[in-house]
Amino acid sequence: MARAREYALPVGLILLAFLFPLINGALGLGLMFPVIVVAVYVMLALGLNIVVGFAGLLDLGFVAFYALGAYVVGWFASTHFNEVSFRFLSALPAQTSGRELPGIHISFWILLIAAGAFAALWGVIIGAPTLRLRGDYLAIVTLGFGEIIPRFFLNGDDIFGYNLTNGTIGIKGIDSPGFPFLPESLNTWRQFGTLDLNPWYYTILVLVLVTIFVNIRLRESRLGRAWMAVREDETAAAAMGVNLVTTKLWAYALGATFGGLAGAFYGAFIKSIFPTSFSFNISVLVLCMVILGGMGNIYGVILGAILLQGINFYFLPQLNEWVHAIGAALNSPLLENADIPRYNFFLFGVLLVAMMLLRPEGIIPNRQRQEEMREAEEDDSATELTRA
Amino acid sequence: MATTQEAKSKGKLLLDSVRYLNWQSLLAAAIIAALLVVLLVQAVRDPGQFVSQLLVGITNGAIIALIALGYTLVYGIVELINFAHGDNFMIGSFVGVTVLSGAFLGLGLFAPVTANSGTGLKIVGVLLALFVAMGACGLLNVAIERVAYKPLRNAPRLAVLITAIGMSFILQNVGLVWKGSSQISFPSLISDGNALAAFTDAVSYRWKDLFVVLVTIPLLLSLSYFIRSTRQGKAMRAVAQDKEAAAMMGINVNRTISVTFLLGGILAGASGVMFGLFNGTTVFDLGFRQGLFAFTAAVLGGIGNLTGAVVGGILIGVIGSMTDQYIGVRWTDVAIFTVLILVLVFRPRGLLGDRSAVQGGGGE
Repeated sequence: MARAREYALPVGLILLAFLFPLINGALGLGLMFPVIVVAVYVMLALGLNIVVGFAGLLDLGFVAFYALGAYVVGWFASTHFNEVSFRFLSALPAQTSGRELPGIHISFWILLIAAGAFAALWGVIIGAPTLRLRGDYLAIVTLGFGEIIPRFFLNGDDIFGYNLTNGTIGIKGIDSPGFPFLPESLNTWRQFGTLDLNPWYYTILVLVLVTIFVNIRLRESRLGRAWMAVREDETAAAAMGVNLVTTKLWAYALGATFGGLAGAFYGAFIKSIFPTSFSFNISVLVLCMVILGGMGNIYGVILGAILLQGINFYFLPQLNEWVHAIGAALNSPLLENADIPRYNFFLFGVLLVAMMLLRPEGIIPNRQRQEEMREAEEDDSATELTRA
Repeated sequence: MATTQEAKSKGKLLLDSVRYLNWQSLLAAAIIAALLVVLLVQAVRDPGQFVSQLLVGITNGAIIALIALGYTLVYGIVELINFAHGDNFMIGSFVGVTVLSGAFLGLGLFAPVTANSGTGLKIVGVLLALFVAMGACGLLNVAIERVAYKPLRNAPRLAVLITAIGMSFILQNVGLVWKGSSQISFPSLISDGNALAAFTDAVSYRWKDLFVVLVTIPLLLSLSYFIRSTRQGKAMRAVAQDKEAAAMMGINVNRTISVTFLLGGILAGASGVMFGLFNGTTVFDLGFRQGLFAFTAAVLGGIGNLTGAVVGGILIGVIGSMTDQYIGVRWTDVAIFTVLILVLVFRPRGLLGDRSAVQGGGGE
């Protein structure tokens, strides 16, 4: 009975998620596009949660993995490398108007795995030399990498004369994924289109569910307990036989994998990627989601992602309209022309400060994490009392 | 006899230091040597251009050094990477441009100081802008510490760092609301002309460069005097060494920390105004890039080490200007962030040594 109750909430939520396109269609909400974007961020936040929440390593350059994943899809599923013509299981028709398609076109599903692996590789490359560093230094090194990688994509249109990344223009016309072996009647599934968003939605839903499943299994695994031990006390963990290097590297690699997967999906979904869309702001936004929801708590992180994107998509535009209405009523041109959504990062900044000051463990705390966050303070106040 | 023995032991030391070199430092030495050779070749090709670039680098470095001092002062005392410091610098440049426009707090206090004003008015305007920006940034920094960092003094370090990132975004958006998202131009009050025109044409050293150096040196001297010779400076050094012992000796730790933030803010304000006058523009997200450069400088010199911050700042300025000249402006950020990562990974103590960058082993 207790077990049934335990499973009731997640099963209900998953069912709701699977039925969402029907509800959306029936009520005419038109929410498919924002919901897919939110789901991408849920995935990113869950990936970062492995690094920040489970292993306790602050990563300020998470956007780098997102960008790497997106560029893997951009490179190998578009006409970007137009000097060659290569096609492998792609959902695209083999020829357009009788000519071979230029560029490399590989099946999205293969690229998805490749993007995850590529991001994981970079996670290890970035993580390996930085593991000796203490927390805040580590944060700055990851920030440095997070800045270098998008800048490399920005300036990469002329690497010794070779156009690798197409610079500010970015890579456009990325192939849609699809299952070309399906019968004609399932046309929107043979190649995902822009009109019917259901195939996209179910793809990202499956990806998110896989991410959640992996997160839960990791948390309860030997590795998850090792992360927890390292987070609480590195020295004690090492003394108990936890290999610090491999434990931390796994956190980086796995976190990066989900960043890469999310990036790959996003690239294919948006169809064009620009280096400017992978800025430090994204890293901070995802970090905000993890912190707001509750570091280390999977439900919390998902809630954080949904809340913050909800604020971005709905609350701020709505607030903007209210402010404009008030401005019109008061005859104040300042309020009437205010562009509130532009200042969204002000709100996120306040949120970071307020959460750290008032509720560092997040909305839905991970109980162990909560103890850790509170413990340090109590320890100190206790010693101060005795000293006084 | 004694001298030969000394020489012998010196030789042995040298031998030992070579013997114990690991592959990492050998690799680093090889890379640095290769870069220096490339630079030398360029210097021989066109010495005038090289020297001019070097001088520009030093000027930029002086501006960076003043920000880096703020990072290093704060880190030395509370071991916090004050992420909002770069944005404080940006606010400083905004305050400066506001003062020069004469319309502070919406009041038209005096006519704008422009390129056409008289020399006396220009001097008064620049000094006023500097002092107001220094005061404003100093107080702002103290206020940020009180509101955001002080309540978290015993919290985990990551919590404070996250708060600092939050403050950074708040300040950035204050700048965005205040002046909008476009570039703000400073009046060009200081001549672009070559200060060395009387001696040579090959090397360009503008009056602007001279101005930056002339403002920076007294600031550095007075900071050094303050920390070395005043009571409060002594208290700062004591708190940096051991907070609890300092408190037992009757030092007001909270006040000392506030003073540290005040000093950092003052330097950032001066730096912001100089940056604006030197480069002619400022923008709301200037602080992120400039702050990271300065942080790199502080780490390069050895964080917590004041001389290190100045040396690191000037080195970063020179590295930046050399990259501008010989590799391409668009790779400058990448070059400097690479320096940041390499220093943190291979020599987290910095060039001149720091206070405990790597867990467990700090003081060697």
